[in-house]
Amino acid sequence: MSSQPILSVRNLERRYGAFIGCTDISFDVWPGEVVAIVGESGSGKTTLLNCISGRMERSAGTVCYRMRDGRFPDLGDLSEAERRFLARTDWGFVHQNPADGLRMRVSAGANVGERLMAVGERHYGNIRRTATDWLERVEIAAARIDDQPVAFSGGMRQRLQIARNLVTHPRLIFMDEPTGGLDVSVQARVLDLLRMLVADLGLAVVIVTHDLAVARLLSQRMIVMKSGRIVEQGLTDRVLDDPRHPYTQLLVASIPES
Amino acid sequence: MTRAHALPAYNFAYLDEQTKRMIRRVILKAIAIPGYQVPFASREMPMPYGWGTGGVQVTAAVLGPHDVLKVIDQGADDTTNAVSIRAFFAQVAGVATTTKTTQATIIQTRHRLPETPLQAGQTVVYQVPIPEPLRFLEPRETETRVMHGLEEYGLIHVKLYEDIAQHGHIATTYAYPVKVEGRYVMDPSPIPKFDNPKMHRSPALQLFGSGREKRIYALPPFTDVVSLDFEDHPFQVQTFKAHCALCDAGGVYLDEVVTDDHGGRMFVCSDTDYCETRRTEGHRGTGLPSDREDAGREDAR
Amino acid sequence: MYVAVKGGEAAIANAHRLMADRRRGDRAVPALTLEQITGQLSLAVDRVMAEGSLHDPDLAAMAVRQARGDLIEAIFLLRAYRTTLPRFGHARPIDTGAMRLERRVSATFKDIPGGQLLGPTFDYTHRLIDPAMAGDEPVEEGLRRQREADAAAPRVTDILDDQGLIEPDVFSDDEPADLTREPTEYPVGRDLRLQALARGDEGFLLALGYSTQRGYGRTHPFVGEIRIGTVDIEVEVPELGFAITIGSVRVTECQMVSQFKGSADTPPRFTRGYGLVFGQSERKAMAMSLVDRALRADEFDEQRLAPAQDEEFVLEHCDNVMATGFVEHLKLPHYVDFQAELDLLRTLRAEQEQATADDHDTLSEAAE
Repeated sequence: MSSQPILSVRNLERRYGAFIGCTDISFDVWPGEVVAIVGESGSGKTTLLNCISGRMERSAGTVCYRMRDGRFPDLGDLSEAERRFLARTDWGFVHQNPADGLRMRVSAGANVGERLMAVGERHYGNIRRTATDWLERVEIAAARIDDQPVAFSGGMRQRLQIARNLVTHPRLIFMDEPTGGLDVSVQARVLDLLRMLVADLGLAVVIVTHDLAVARLLSQRMIVMKSGRIVEQGLTDRVLDDPRHPYTQLLVASIPES
Repeated sequence: MTRAHALPAYNFAYLDEQTKRMIRRVILKAIAIPGYQVPFASREMPMPYGWGTGGVQVTAAVLGPHDVLKVIDQGADDTTNAVSIRAFFAQVAGVATTTKTTQATIIQTRHRLPETPLQAGQTVVYQVPIPEPLRFLEPRETETRVMHGLEEYGLIHVKLYEDIAQHGHIATTYAYPVKVEGRYVMDPSPIPKFDNPKMHRSPALQLFGSGREKRIYALPPFTDVVSLDFEDHPFQVQTFKAHCALCDAGGVYLDEVVTDDHGGRMFVCSDTDYCETRRTEGHRGTGLPSDREDAGREDAR
Repeated sequence: MYVAVKGGEAAIANAHRLMADRRRGDRAVPALTLEQITGQLSLAVDRVMAEGSLHDPDLAAMAVRQARGDLIEAIFLLRAYRTTLPRFGHARPIDTGAMRLERRVSATFKDIPGGQLLGPTFDYTHRLIDPAMAGDEPVEEGLRRQREADAAAPRVTDILDDQGLIEPDVFSDDEPADLTREPTEYPVGRDLRLQALARGDEGFLLALGYSTQRGYGRTHPFVGEIRIGTVDIEVEVPELGFAITIGSVRVTECQMVSQFKGSADTPPRFTRGYGLVFGQSERKAMAMSLVDRALRADEFDEQRLAPAQDEEFVLEHCDNVMATGFVEHLKLPHYVDFQAELDLLRTLRAEQEQATADDHDTLSEAAE
């Protein structure tokens, strides 16, 4: 792991009028590291994810990102063009509902190829080869390349969304409950795939989940949120095996031993 | 009993001078940023939206008393809407009109460019129904304007990719999107892609007006206009096996004419001026009887 | 033998001559006068003025007659004339509180200062076709009540506002937006939205307003008040330094008292949907007020999910002159584009035929 963080969040706050979405949030993400943000619904974890991924305006605080050239600007200081470019090259965003991250009426091949075309790839054969390759990596049969996601199962759609995000070799992926909408039997396969890809590609990941099992399986570090604030953060194993904050203890106690 | 209503009197070329000045300023901006769609306060015109109100406003704004106007629709000077628009300007501006491409200073067109190459000093005014090349991929104006601003054109290649994946070809045959001066993706109006190469580095000034969508855009003379494609699926124009049945022209855009109800058909030039000029020059197609001159273009009635 | 059909000026002239002939109909029957149209088809004239956005009953009546009763065509005629008129400036906001009332109803309060006034309405008529309409029977004069000079009839929303129960009307003397003079850029202000809705197609707005009632963007509407009557038009004359009355127009106003909202800073209060149209048209004013309120979703942090809440969708499609032009332009020749599609279709079919034939060959080889 590099000695410099890829993402650095300081004193982040998001308010909705008088209501606090999240506040007093500070943490770092290092290259190749998976950080899980856990908490129950309403704890502010999705608001936090949207703020740090530039999908939502923040009310206060800084979010700095390490560019490929080593610069470390606050995302708010980048132009919209730069932010959108980052979002479609260096970053990925995996939505809980694949329909939010896919073009449902466009073939699987074009879904994967879109980012390539967006950065200037103009060779149909190459795009198709790369798309085929990525479909295979996420265990979708190459023969389905011309089918639309509407014809796919939930698990396949989620794997397609992952491929669509990874095709430009991003360095940082945001995930919002990536297995939340899937049947339990399907979840395990998607999680395995995610774990493998993250390790292979050395991705940094910020994943939001209410499921501590997902956090344990994927993440090295964990942030526990309650009522818009961080109540505890640390190495995942430590937090889960030796929770210090009473709220974390409650959370951990509420899941069955596996 | 009759009521005394002052009958409206109209300014030269219908629009008032303030409106014309506004449109000219928009045109100048459009020329300065080739391919960029400039919003303008489109006026309500005495012809329906979708029938050339954008083109008519642009023509009205650039028309001077000494201009010679040609109006074509589907390449022809004698289609009803072309006749109607030509008559409109003859009435409200009293300008000379012509069907000869070479004699016109302003050519307003719907769906075609003339076969005869355009010259420096000529202005082509295109009627545009939907100016936004990304509209059918992204219905929101707020979003497409950002996409143009940030040059985010991946989506339009997604469409071309899908065509090839489904049909083995890029299945866009008209209104084929182009990139202007390496910057803006532009809708060339619903001309057949056959005409796209004629826009590239044309010595004429090309203006595009969309009244209903309130946009004007432009290609100054000698602008680079490149049809979008893939390296391994390059842009190709339509080719016709047949020659024109009236004037024997090849390599031109042809209209298919159904001649009877059991499959009989023939192909004739869609550009009526080009066809007539060739016939005056003595070219004869296979569809013309040898004994009667020009019988094929007489009135049907 | 192929004979090309030329569209030609003669064909157009003949078509228009035939249309004029049909418009006039049986010459033994007297032609319609403008007085008959403005007097006896006055709601048609009102609609043409409202959606034509020009208040001129005589011109509107001429347009109705010229359009053979096709109201969208008549609206189009009026619009095309309106566009050539010079624009002098804008009037001061009309004071509907000082309206000379012809009709006024409220669904929120049984008794209101100034009272309810049914006026000339179709409401509570039984929709039975009246045989009298086939002839010209004498019709009684309407009854009129003398109003006391000081009988105030304050707007119901003002009464609610006095108690802070509804969001206030914010007075503004700013020049209102004008979509006929400036290109529209989204998002737009409420002034421009209201202008677009006031010019918008009655049927389209009716359907959208109806959709909000059926759950596609609910606004919990109550008719605070509908009032119809005449109001003065005042124009500020810079040389004089005060406003002068240049005339009066009949308008229909609908104030829809809608879903209450509150925030940390303000206690909950009702919100408004507003409708105002030239002439007498309750249906249009009510539909407009429903759609106006639905379009204010962002102001009140409401989720925008329904068509009636989608500003770009509503404003881009509510204008019937634009809509009819673009729908009807499909009958213009498209042979050049169609030829291009035909050509591609034939190519694709030929390729598929070839591919099937190849498959067949391979299969028969395999079978051998």
